[in-house]
Amino acid sequence: MSNTKYILGSFADPDEMMDGIDKLQANNISIYDCFTPMPIHGIEAKLGVRPSRLPIAAFCFGGLGLILGFSLLYFTMSYDWPMNIGGKPSMPLPNFVPVTFEVTILLCALGMVATFFFRNHLFPGRAPRVMDLRATDDRFIIAIDARDNADHTLIDNLLKEAGAVEVKYNERKYVSYE
Amino acid sequence: MGTHNHHHDYNFSEQYTFAGTAKVISLVAIVLGIAAIAFGMLSSEHIIVERTYANLLLMGYYFTCVCAAGAFFVALQLVTQSAWSAGLIRIPQAMASILPIASLVLLVIVGLGLYTHNLYHHWHADGLMDPNSPNYDALVAGKQAFLNVPGFLIRQILFMGSYSIFAFILAKLSYNEDLEGGLTSYKKGFKLSAIFLVVFGFTTPIWSFDTIMSLEAHWFSTMFGWYNFAAMWVSGLCVITVILILLKKAGYMAWVNENHLHDLGKLIFGFSIFWTYVWFAQFMLIYYSNIPEETVYFYKRFEPEYKLWFWLSIVINFVAPLLLLVDRDLKRKQNAMLFVAILLLCGHWLDYYIMIMPGTVDTERGFGVIEVGTAIGFVGLFTFLVMNKLSKHALVPKNHPFLDESLHHQI
Repeated sequence: MSNTKYILGSFADPDEMMDGIDKLQANNISIYDCFTPMPIHGIEAKLGVRPSRLPIAAFCFGGLGLILGFSLLYFTMSYDWPMNIGGKPSMPLPNFVPVTFEVTILLCALGMVATFFFRNHLFPGRAPRVMDLRATDDRFIIAIDARDNADHTLIDNLLKEAGAVEVKYNERKYVSYE
Repeated sequence: MGTHNHHHDYNFSEQYTFAGTAKVISLVAIVLGIAAIAFGMLSSEHIIVERTYANLLLMGYYFTCVCAAGAFFVALQLVTQSAWSAGLIRIPQAMASILPIASLVLLVIVGLGLYTHNLYHHWHADGLMDPNSPNYDALVAGKQAFLNVPGFLIRQILFMGSYSIFAFILAKLSYNEDLEGGLTSYKKGFKLSAIFLVVFGFTTPIWSFDTIMSLEAHWFSTMFGWYNFAAMWVSGLCVITVILILLKKAGYMAWVNENHLHDLGKLIFGFSIFWTYVWFAQFMLIYYSNIPEETVYFYKRFEPEYKLWFWLSIVINFVAPLLLLVDRDLKRKQNAMLFVAILLLCGHWLDYYIMIMPGTVDTERGFGVIEVGTAIGFVGLFTFLVMNKLSKHALVPKNHPFLDESLHHQI
């Protein structure tokens, strides 16, 4: 029993990586994830990645911003210290629209960035965790969970057959930049 | 580097055949339109004649705006060197190449309306500019330097003439590209588009001040030009979408798929929001400052005979696209997009109706044979001209430098 946790197939060409995915899937080998230095069209559909739920977070933050923005205006302009401005009612809804709108998109944008950072473990001072250093440079990586897929020789053969330049057997999930 | 292994065997010399039901329906629509216009024009009641002129202006302006939006679309794609639209660019090109005809139609309507005093009577009547006349109107007289008949007509001819020339050449360059190949046409188109967009951007606001805003010459709004531009651009995009979907349903344009439709949907969604933004900016500034010579515009539109239509226009042009097009999947479905595009085209008819009618027929407005008939007539004329133009050339610019990228477009 080896201590290999992940098998990484490293490709120099995205077409060959896509071919590698097909080959592995045809042999019922589950793919943990793929890492590429640039977006590859159609890869999400091939890997069965579910659509991002970021829009839901955006909607919630936007809704929160709407409520906060409107409450701020209502409290200051209409409730706490109503003033007669140009004979307008103390709650002139059209005038409330710009500020409410701005607070909505402000919280929506900030909330989306925060959610994205939180979800991807990115925040200042955090050393990024990656499975292969060259995936951000010039290599296209297929990662396979070695414990879920027992036949390592088959994986090795399939990856090399598809054109993998290198196959790594990693005992740790992440390598670090440190 | 090709990351795709698509096998496409599209027929790039495919041409649309304009015949059968489509041709018959568009011709019948033109006849119906002429009948409705004749019915209005020959009426013994002055107000009916005036109402017909107002409707002619509405549809003539709409027609010209949609064609101009086609030219704007073509120019925008060239300047941004966009690839996604290469497969469907023949539709806006066909719209652009009939802009000269549309401009001529609008010019005749505007000229006749002006001389018969059926349109623009707020600033074009005897004695308005003469301090000794009982008709003297100080506000309008103050605008005489801009708002006078020769200046008005010269601007109309100059603006629409230059748009027409640019539009016609832009379409022509692409048709030449089919025959000659190479990058010469594309590069020429790029340069010409850059000039056209500057000319168009600076003059369309003034053009809409003249054509539509001067109907109520006492009132003015600097937002009006952008408001009209937004309406023009949204309705142009909707027309492109409708033609594209109907062509696809008829079995043409196999190379255009849901990804291209999605992009059109995003543009329609975004610019419907932009339309609302400009509409609201105009409304809110007038509401906030509460100056009588500005509020008069909305005062008229808050009268009982307009109020319902006024709010309906906001519901159709803002709420409907907001709810229907925010979803990704709906933007990729032909029937949903067809529904939204047609709804928005009706919505912008209503938008123009709200802009034009209070300044022309005012409380005598109506909705009947003249309105529906004129609209049908112009839709028929537009369909006939555009589809006829479309049938003259291949449905795809086969030598377009980015055509291959357009075929692989994926979002």
